[in-house]
Amino acid sequence: MKNETTAVDSVLMNKYEAMHDELLRPIQKTGLAGKIWIGFLFCVFFAGVFAFYTQETKSKYETISLNNYTMWGIYISNFVFFVALSLVGALMSAVLKLTNFEWYRPLSRIAEVIAVAAIMFAGVGIIVAMGHPERLYFLLTHGRLQSPIIWDIVVIITYFVATSLFLFIPLIPGISQLSNHLKDKPKWQMWMYKKLSLSWRGTPEQWKIVKRCITILAILIIPLGISIHTVTAWLFASTLRAEWNSTNFGAYFIAGAFLLGVAAVIVGTFFFRKYYRFEKYLTDSYFDKMGKMLVFLSGVYFYFNINEYLVPAFKMDSMHSQYLLDEFTGKDAILFWLVFLFGIFVPAILPLFKSMLKPWPLTVIAILVVIAAWFKRYIIVIPGLSHPYLPIQNVPHSWTHYVPSLIECMVVAGIFAAALLFITLFSKFFPIISVWEVAEGDGVSLEKINLLSKKA
Amino acid sequence: MSQKTEENNEKKTREDNSRRDFLKLGVFAAGLTVAGAGLQKAFSEEKETGEKVKVLTTEGKVVEVDTAHIKKAEVCCVSPKESREGIPNKKWVMVIDLSRCKHALKCQHSCQKYHHLSGMNVWLKVFKMQESENTAPYWMPKPCMHCDRPPCVKVCPVSATYKRSDGIVLVDNERCVGCRFCMAACPYSTRSFNWEEPELLSETTGETYSPERGFPQKRGTVEKCDFCPDLLRQGKLPHCVAACPNGVFYMGDMTEDTVTNGDETLRFSQLMKDKSGYRLNDILGTHPSVYYLPPVNRLFPFKEPVAENSDKEKKAE
Ligand code: SF4
Ligand code: SF4
Repeated sequence: MKNETTAVDSVLMNKYEAMHDELLRPIQKTGLAGKIWIGFLFCVFFAGVFAFYTQETKSKYETISLNNYTMWGIYISNFVFFVALSLVGALMSAVLKLTNFEWYRPLSRIAEVIAVAAIMFAGVGIIVAMGHPERLYFLLTHGRLQSPIIWDIVVIITYFVATSLFLFIPLIPGISQLSNHLKDKPKWQMWMYKKLSLSWRGTPEQWKIVKRCITILAILIIPLGISIHTVTAWLFASTLRAEWNSTNFGAYFIAGAFLLGVAAVIVGTFFFRKYYRFEKYLTDSYFDKMGKMLVFLSGVYFYFNINEYLVPAFKMDSMHSQYLLDEFTGKDAILFWLVFLFGIFVPAILPLFKSMLKPWPLTVIAILVVIAAWFKRYIIVIPGLSHPYLPIQNVPHSWTHYVPSLIECMVVAGIFAAALLFITLFSKFFPIISVWEVAEGDGVSLEKINLLSKKA
Repeated sequence: MSQKTEENNEKKTREDNSRRDFLKLGVFAAGLTVAGAGLQKAFSEEKETGEKVKVLTTEGKVVEVDTAHIKKAEVCCVSPKESREGIPNKKWVMVIDLSRCKHALKCQHSCQKYHHLSGMNVWLKVFKMQESENTAPYWMPKPCMHCDRPPCVKVCPVSATYKRSDGIVLVDNERCVGCRFCMAACPYSTRSFNWEEPELLSETTGETYSPERGFPQKRGTVEKCDFCPDLLRQGKLPHCVAACPNGVFYMGDMTEDTVTNGDETLRFSQLMKDKSGYRLNDILGTHPSVYYLPPVNRLFPFKEPVAENSDKEKKAE
């Protein structure tokens, strides 16, 4: 009996050692494709910086399409999108971790790094929208607690800290391995690993601390994640605008965010698997499971959408009617129904077919969901502003309909590039799959895991 | 029954008092008659008089300035901090009599001129209103409502917009971070944003900024109708009130229960009763400080100003 376990153990150990070595490959070496990709992201990012500079130095009437009626544009809708995206950390890692969905372990780091990047650049997204970004610190020196913006800032910062720790702490055992295994790396990089590993030696106490931190964070992150997105929904719901005047908003936003989160993890998993050749670890079975999650979450999201649209549509009061008609059959109708189709119906129905649960088709579906989710935020924010209580009169024609300007699109693209760059560079410095967590999930003991990291 | 007579009696005495009360507001009304001339003096292109005087600046430096500028300083000397306190014992109220409006737009022009506003941002809008197809159209001037439960103030994260004890809601552009949440929150489309360097900045360079008069404007901040507290402080009427040729606007003080449009001074409560005053979208719970009198028994028939409108649109395009 005992012999048998050791045999199984050694097979497992061999597997993890192989995995361990393979996971270091992308860190050890960056191929041509990777270099082009990183270079491309840098270009888009700098174009965004340049666009932002132009916007700040020239008249905003020329550079961006905002006006006194549509005073929030794609910067704000994009901010909402990023906040939604960041919720993936709460859902995927924390919820699944706490509910013992063991299958999820290899994906947790992908989800966490997406979450950290998203929440970080959601913050940047707000700053580019401000009239006086340099006065940002007023929020601290003159902040007033009753403003939902202050609530949002507080929860976003807390969530950012919590998700960063949630990403970092499980990384500590891995980092100590890195400094032992990587070759021909610049001094500063080795030095960084050394510092970041916080003199990890794998003692039982250290393991205990790490485990306890992870559990506490996993619990903390759920209410935090729910708060950030609920409060972000309140930025809209707390105004008197009829289109946003909905008690459904918090839950509606959260449901949408969960769906988006799963879609984003599918996309992330697909590309890491493909370009880092991790097929062995990120197997088809994950896509199968995540496809099923898509179906479930689309159903939940559909339910909140029904609440959001059907009830006001039934009443058709004069505050809502113009806006609803514009969305159902009027000038926003095409976008509205496309978003419904790709954002809810496609992910709810297609993965029901077995053939759609394969990596390729599911990733295509997931990409569509992500794009639809971006536009969903757009149609929540922008048409919500174009139907005020009092008529819009005596203003330039361009004020009555908003189309984002090139500068705005460039800035948003820059923010996207920066977020992707963060994720890419992270995966170039740290393993994107947490080996010890996977090993632990398979029942390997901590001493064995320690051995694994010692092997040089 | 007896209660009613008592009420009536009370009303009578109040009416009797109204004249005397108005003497109190006399400064107000008198200020008004000269307002035209006075304002012109205070605000028109100020010619240097050549006379110099020595004054102490806020930084404690002694400088020599032309007397013409001294006057200006008198007009506005309330710092952003002081402007957070209201004018003591006042509660401003405005009444807009829709039956007198003929879309002369004098209010708007004078507001734009004296606040040095560029073409795009309009503080006082005049809407063509028509509730439904079968109801009559009418003109509706719309300043900031200076809501007593202002949604804009509620949402401002840095207290750049605030409600004062005298009812006025102001914006301090030295504090505003430009998040525009207040614009999203205001249900009356009152607020404008300085999307670019204010066009007429040169006219106001060197002026001390005060939230009480709203200039010099600052790019990246929000601005709106302020009820002209700088004028109210001096016992003068706001620009729109003084400029309207038809006496549409009445400005007054709730604590004295009087309002005046410059020509006549009335008891506010009586006016509301007699003419069925109402507030705009009161259903939203914003408690506006601006009251409207319905457009009945109008002084002027409703007429679309064809030429003017297209002119404006052209300019705006
Ligand atoms: S009208 Fe608008 S800007 Fe004026 S006090 Fe009310 S909410 Fe604020
Ligand atoms: S734009 Fe300025 S005044 Fe308005 S809410 Fe933001 S900080 Fe306050």
